[in-house]
Order: sequence, then structure tokens, then C-alpha cells
Amino acid sequence: MRAKQTVVTGVCMAGLMLAVNAVYAAGQYGPGVTDTEIKIGNTNPYSGSASSYGINGKVHAAYFAMINEKGGINGRKINYITRDDSYSPPKTVEQARQLVEQDKVFLLFAPLGTPPNMAIHDYMNENKVPQLFVATGADQWNDPKHFPWTMMWLPSYGIESHIYANYILKNLPNAKIAVLYQNDDYGKDYLNGLRAGLGDKAAKMIVATQSYETTDPTVDQQVVALQGSGADVLLTAAIPKFAAQTVRKVYDIGWKPTHFLNSVGNSVGLVMKPAGLEKGVGIISATYHKDPTDPQWQNTPEYKEWLAFMNSHGFSGNITDSQAVIGYSYAQTMAEVLRMCGDNLTRENVMKQAASLHNLQLPMLLPGITLNTSADDFDPIKQMQLEKFDGTTWQLFGDVISGSGT
Amino acid sequence: MHQLLQQIFSGLAAGAVYASLALALVMIYRATDLVNFAQGEMAMFSTYIAWTLVNAELPFWAAFVITLAVSFVGGMLIERIVIRPVENAPILTMVVVTIGLLLIFNATAGWLYSYTLQEFPSPFPDRTLFGALMTTRDVGVIAVTLVMLVALFCFFRFTATGLAMRAAAQNPESARLCGVRVGRMLALGWGFAAAIGAVAGIMVAPVLFLDPNMMSGVLLYAFTGALLGGITSPVGAVVGGLIVGVTENLVGTYLIASQLKLTVALILIIIVLVFRPNGLFGTALVRRV
Amino acid sequence: MAETVSVDSTVAMRRGSGTGIAVWRWAGIAALIAVAVVLPSTISNYHVFELTQVMIYAIAVLGLNILTGYNGQISLGHGGFFAAGAYTAAVLMHRYGVPYWATLLPAALVCFALGMLFGVPALRFEGPYLALVTLAMAVAMPQLLKYFDTWTGGQQGIRLAKPMPPPELGLDRDRWLYFFVLVVLLVAIRVAANLLNGRTGRAFVAIRDHPIAAAAMGINTARYKTLAFGASTLFTGVAGALAAIVIGFVAPESFTLFLSLSFLVGSAVGGIATIGGAIVGGFFIEFVPNVANDISDAAPWAIYGLAMLLVMYVMPRGVVGTAGPWLAHAIQQLRSARRAAK
Repeated sequence: MRAKQTVVTGVCMAGLMLAVNAVYAAGQYGPGVTDTEIKIGNTNPYSGSASSYGINGKVHAAYFAMINEKGGINGRKINYITRDDSYSPPKTVEQARQLVEQDKVFLLFAPLGTPPNMAIHDYMNENKVPQLFVATGADQWNDPKHFPWTMMWLPSYGIESHIYANYILKNLPNAKIAVLYQNDDYGKDYLNGLRAGLGDKAAKMIVATQSYETTDPTVDQQVVALQGSGADVLLTAAIPKFAAQTVRKVYDIGWKPTHFLNSVGNSVGLVMKPAGLEKGVGIISATYHKDPTDPQWQNTPEYKEWLAFMNSHGFSGNITDSQAVIGYSYAQTMAEVLRMCGDNLTRENVMKQAASLHNLQLPMLLPGITLNTSADDFDPIKQMQLEKFDGTTWQLFGDVISGSGT
Repeated sequence: MHQLLQQIFSGLAAGAVYASLALALVMIYRATDLVNFAQGEMAMFSTYIAWTLVNAELPFWAAFVITLAVSFVGGMLIERIVIRPVENAPILTMVVVTIGLLLIFNATAGWLYSYTLQEFPSPFPDRTLFGALMTTRDVGVIAVTLVMLVALFCFFRFTATGLAMRAAAQNPESARLCGVRVGRMLALGWGFAAAIGAVAGIMVAPVLFLDPNMMSGVLLYAFTGALLGGITSPVGAVVGGLIVGVTENLVGTYLIASQLKLTVALILIIIVLVFRPNGLFGTALVRRV
Repeated sequence: MAETVSVDSTVAMRRGSGTGIAVWRWAGIAALIAVAVVLPSTISNYHVFELTQVMIYAIAVLGLNILTGYNGQISLGHGGFFAAGAYTAAVLMHRYGVPYWATLLPAALVCFALGMLFGVPALRFEGPYLALVTLAMAVAMPQLLKYFDTWTGGQQGIRLAKPMPPPELGLDRDRWLYFFVLVVLLVAIRVAANLLNGRTGRAFVAIRDHPIAAAAMGINTARYKTLAFGASTLFTGVAGALAAIVIGFVAPESFTLFLSLSFLVGSAVGGIATIGGAIVGGFFIEFVPNVANDISDAAPWAIYGLAMLLVMYVMPRGVVGTAGPWLAHAIQQLRSARRAAK
């Protein structure tokens, strides 16, 4: 009697489990996903001294809104929730936890900044929540063995400074190099990347370094001090405001080094023009995306599509800002990965799809630069191209270079 | 030697930027006995107003004058509406109110104008002088700051209103008994300070570039310069600002790596203040028992 | 000129009105503690974490209250002392493997020493000049942390292992840390109360209100002012150590000037010369920016600033600073009315 009851119970339970499995298998859903919606979270600095980066989050939001207007992804609308962390790591932890535990988002997309991402790195991986396409170029995010839930997007700052180092070693082997860098992880990464790229010649070639804080009003003292070191090559790892000041000051004091300007600070609209277009002639930089002020792209359908997007979503004031191009491309990548998941929207599958990108092209990236990932390689973009400023725009030269980072 | 001269002149140029905002801080302090932490953000906001006018095709000097007038009125309104209700509150309450104003101005500017940096036109041409030691814009900032200094000095020393303002700040009750309209003096003080801040912002924006965080760093240096010179002295504010600019440059170049230059510069200034606790030109407070 | 109301009222409450008011106060405090103990089992992990942050900020603001509220010395640099405590704990845990609970005492001692060191030159300064000296601390801290990067990890910061709760208690990590911080908070309140309601506290207040008279009466103003600094930074340093433990990460970006200003705001909003106000201040600093973000994601700080202004208008002496005396007054009225009716 007892045994019969047990068997019946067992069969019923088995049946129930099969039925439940069948329901799940039809559309496998992780947290934050339903038949009609995918909830994704983001942290960005919308206040404080890093608030100029906040445009990234705003562009993402506008892009997802546009996708939703066109029907969403595989029939699901994207519910993009972005929270302000003021670039303060404790705040990022709070906001990330709120997004994951209260808002129950599916994943965290493009959280911005190295210290903010470091603060949540362990939490995201312990809780197996994707920390996807982090908005920072530090090299440490490409570590799938230890942190399988965290993936980069940008070419790392190390890759870029390696490219400059190789150029210097090839074309300016006796150079005396000065470096101006922002005194945080981002600037330090460039300095360390340059040192690594120069190898054992680094100690001899790098004759002076100066740093600045984002709270410094000007960088004049640093530029003058670097000139005083007698260097004939300058690497500037600065954000637009300080890059503009540097370009101008270098010219004004009559210093004519071979000037390498990092990709974060090479926007024509935000840096070269305010500094004075004639003052930046001959500066070398590297990039992986199309500059929105470059006339060679202005008649292409991709640019026109981007411009239409910007103007119709309230960003007409930012059409010279490269960050808007980058934010747009980030969002396109996210949309594509979600599309690749189909109805199998589990966190595991998202990471799997993100780790299987093969020659993915994006409209606003340079021709020849594609996204590639694998199970061992979580840095989608590893290529850049050198460019030189001619007084009006950046002229690309040389081939697309693949970097290996540090 | 050339490097030393370069650093000194760069320091003077930067120092003039700090000095111009320091004058506004001194103005508020003399009129109201309060350090206004929102001074920098108010100056930045005024500059955005000027920028909007210039973008609307107004000639530079017309935009300049209108911005000054708007800032003056705005400053007076802020004193009436925001500060007056907490006039008799403890000092810390007033400090928090100015911090609140700081946040409001900063966030509103960011919301209205985005955080993307903008160019701002300068009335001075873009040329270098003295063999690349300084640009005409830097000289312009110094010149305008000195003009404002002289104006302020004469105002406080030689005009009846200036005297009334000093009286209202030092001893409101006695001043009232003498017929001084204390409330009006306070409002005037804020209005003048806002106008000075607007001039500072407009002069400085071509050099620093305009964005909502333009004055955040400057405020700290202006505060230091004003205190070094003596928070009650306009001459002190200018001298203090210039000293801060030059000291910082020399410290960062010759004494210690630029990573610590602000720290070391502050320590040096504090050491000076230990010997002159009211600043170089400040007057000691006499406390009656 | 300065604030005496809240201290006077508690003195009056203890002395003049007899044991009646004291009973009310103890009942209120016991009720609050009971709520604090029971609460974690009824709310989600995230809210427990948020409340833990509130308590940490409360301890930090309590430190500031001792210095600025009770002793009248303004400090714009408490974020720097908070950082000192946090990094002391982080370096001890990361480099020397010290268990997390054992880092509180060293952090307290380090910050006490720092505060005393600061207190000595601070004696020379008043008002805005003192503000500048303390501001230097807030500004110098991130620079120093980045410079001495072999110790502090520099710009990269230090990642810390999260503490494991003792298995016998059956609590998860969030709740364990909540109770850990709660215990520290209660100890801190008790220590602060003893300090401030005793001789030292009265000396602090005397120096704040009438420094010349205090000196004339024989109070060693220099010693007490320095002590106020040290005691204040001790509390804030311990709060910093707790923050390092709970967040699990320290970096120079965590300790900007804005943090120092936030402590000041929390202090004023809660009630600068009160102990309970520190807790209200902690709630304000933790929750209002988040609420502001929900109201407006275009300009969250504007809402935060408006909230500050509103509180300062309605309650210029802070929530506890205004409500406390009002409540005491109301209870007194009630009692005298009852006595008259008998």
C-alpha cells in the first residue's frame, strides 16, 4: 500500500518535472527575460567629475529605444535600466546589486570605468551574471579562465600603446620620449603599455613623465616641464579637455615633438578644433572607428544612418563627439548578441554567443576591423589603424594593425 | 633658465584664473561673512548664459554686458530666495545650503548643455608674446583681473555703499541702528560677487574650455589663494591666487613629481598660514569678551 | 551665536524633569535596537546591504559631529580620514592576512594618531582657514594613495576577500556583516555618549561656545581641541575600515572631495550636535541620491541639492536637532499638564 503510493507519487513527480522541463526548453529564459521583454542593466557616471562619459549610457538608451520602435529583438523589447554611480566604486557596487537583485536584470551591459568594474568584478562572477562589454580599455578584463562572465569590447589601451611603441622603434629608433598621462588606471595603462612595447629600451628612451588629475584646471605646467626634458617624442594619454589644452600648449611654446595622441582624446570636434586646427598638424593617433567629422565617410549610408539616429534622438549637439560613435557601436554589438541567442535566453548562452563572434562587422568601425572572440579570447576588437592629422581631419595611413596587448 | 621663466609665467597665467574667482569669494565673504562653495558653479553657469548668447549671433561685448547684468540680478535673487530664509541659522547650515546650490547649478548646466566640452570665443586674438612665454589670452586674464581688483578696492575703500556693506557684514545690528539697509547690502554683495564670477568665467573659458566641470577644480585653488592672501582682502585674493599658481608649477617641476604637487603646495601654504593665521594681507579678528 | 540647544535639552531632560523622560528615552532606544535586530530577516539581501552602508556612514558622521558639532571645529576633510581607515584595514587584510575583525583596532589607532597630529596645527586656525587645512587632507589623500602604490595598489586599488560568516550562526554574508556593523555602531554610540555627556563633552561645548570664558575657567583648550580631533577621526576611521570590509574593494576614486562634503551634509541634516542625528544623516547620504536618481536620471544631483535645501529650510538645526528639543518640550508640557491636573 505504502509502496504503491510512493510509486504513484514518484511517477507524478517525474511527469511534472518533464512537463516543466518541456516548458523551459521551448524558450529557455534566465532572470529578467520574458516572452516580450529582455531587461538589461548598466552603470554610468551621470554626475561628478567623470560625467562627460555619461553620454555613453544615453546613446545606448536611445539606440535600444530605436530598436524597440522597430519591433525589438526576436519579438522582445529591450528594457534598458541605467543607474548613476558617479564613478565611485562603492556606489557602483550598490547600483550593480540593485540591478541584479532588485531589478532582476538579465545581464550588466557596458558598465563604465576601471575602478567601478573592478569593484563588481568578483560579485558578477560569483553570482554568474554577465558583465558584458565593459566600457574600459584596461587589459585585465580579458581573462576568461578566471573570470568567465566578464568580457571587454574596446581594443585595450595596451594594444594601442604597443602600436605606438612599434612605430617608434621602427621609425624613430633614437627617440627621447616624454609621456603626459592622466593619473588613474586609464592613463597608467598607456604608460605601462608603452614601456612594455619598448621592452628593454624603455628605460633609456622614456626620459620624462608627467601626470595630471582630472581636477587640475590646466596642464600647462606638465607640458612645459616635459619640453624642458629635451624629449623629441611626446605621448599624450588624456581625455578630450586636457588633450585639447595639451595640443594647444605644445604649439604655443614652440615645441615640435612627434606627438602621439591617444584614441580617447583625438576627436576633431572636441579636441583638435578647440585647440586650434592648425596647431595639431602632424599629430599621430590610432583608431578603430570612423571619426564623425572625417569627410571621407560623410556620404556613406552608414554615416547617414548614424547621423539620422543622432538627430532624431536629441543628440544634435553631439554629432562631432566620437563617444557617440562608440556608444552606438557598443549598443549594436549587444543587440546582435541578443539576436544570436534566439529564444535560448539564458545567461550561459549569452556568454557563449558573445564568445563566438567571428568577423562581425559594425557600420561605424573602420573597414577591415571586425569583432572576433573565442573561448580563450574575450577582447573582441584588437585592431587599430594609425592616422595623422592634416589640419582638417585625420588621414588614415598604413595597414590595419593587429595588436596583442600586454 | 628658460624652463624656469616658462614655469613662472605659466604659473602667473594659471594664478590669474584662480585670482579672478578668488575675488568673487572675497566679495561674498566681506559682504556676508560666508564662504560660498557654489561660487565656481555660478560662474560656470553665467558663462553658459554668455555662450548661449554668443551662439545666438550676438556680438561678444553685447553678450558680455547682458550676462553680467543677468548674473548680478541672479545673484541678488539667490540671496533673497535661497539664503535669506536661513540667515540666522548656524554656519554649517549655510555651508550645506551653498553645497546644495553647487550641486543644483552643476547638474542643471549638465542637463541643459550636456557634458560635452565647448569652445568659447575670446575677445583677444590668439598670439604668443614675450617669445612664447605667454599668450595674449593669458595676459588678458591678468589684465581683467587687475582691473576688477582696482574696482573692488576702490569700491570698498572710497564709496559709501562699500562702507555700508562692510558695516553690515561685521555688525548687522549696529549697522541697522545707523540706518544701513542690511538686507539690501547682503543682496548687493551676492549680486556683485555673481557678476565678478561671470567675468571670471568668461575670461577663463577660452583658456580652460567650457564644460559643466570647468570651475570645479578652480574653486579649490581660488579658495586656497583667497585664504592665503587673507579672505577679507581683495588685494590678498589676487596676490594669493598668483602665488598659488606659481608655487604649484615650481613645486611640480622642481620639487616633487606632478602626482604630489597639489599636496605639497597645500602643505607649504599651510605652513605660511601657521605664521600668518589670517593670511598675508588679512586683518586679525578681534573678539570682544 | 552657536548651537547649545540640543545639548542643553538633554541635560535638562536628565536633570530637571526627573526619571520620567529618561524612561521614555530608554524605551525609544530599546525599540529602535529591537527593530534593527529583527529587520534583516524581513527584507532582501540588497536592502540589508543598504542598511549596513547607512550604519557605516552613521559612524563616520558621528565622528564629524564630535568635532564640528560639539567642539565647533569645521572639517572638510573627513573623507580623507575615512580613506585612511579603509586603507589601513585593506593593507592589513591584503598584505598581512589579518582577519577582518582585527583590523578595526589598528584603523582606530592610526586615525586617532592622524587626528591628533592634525589637531595641533589646527589650533592656529578658525573658520574658513580651518576649513582649508582640513580640505587639504581630503585633497591630499587620493594623491598620496596613488603615489605610494607599492603599499596601496595605486590607481588599481586593492581587492579584498569577503569575510565568511561563522557557520554556527546560519547567517549569510550580508546579514552577518549587518550585525557586525550594528554591534560596532552600538559600541560607538555608547562611547560617544559617555564622552560627550561627561566632563570632556562639557569642555568641548564650553570651548565651542565661549572659548575665552572656558580658558579663563581653567579648561586646557589646546588639549581638548586636539582631543576632539583625535576622537573624531577615530570614529570616522573605524567607519572607513568597515566600509573596506563590506564593499570588498578600495581605490582612490572611492574617496573624493565629494565624500567629505557628503559627511558634512549628513551631519547638518541629521543635527550637528547630536548623536542620533548621525543615524539620520547616514540615511540621508545613502538613500537620497538613489531617490534623486529615480526622480530624474537627467540631473540626479539637482534633486539631491534641492533635497538638501529643503531640509535646511524646514529644519535649520537638522532633523534631530530640531525635533529633539521640540519633542522634549512637548513631553515636558504633557507632564506638567498632568501634574497640574492631579
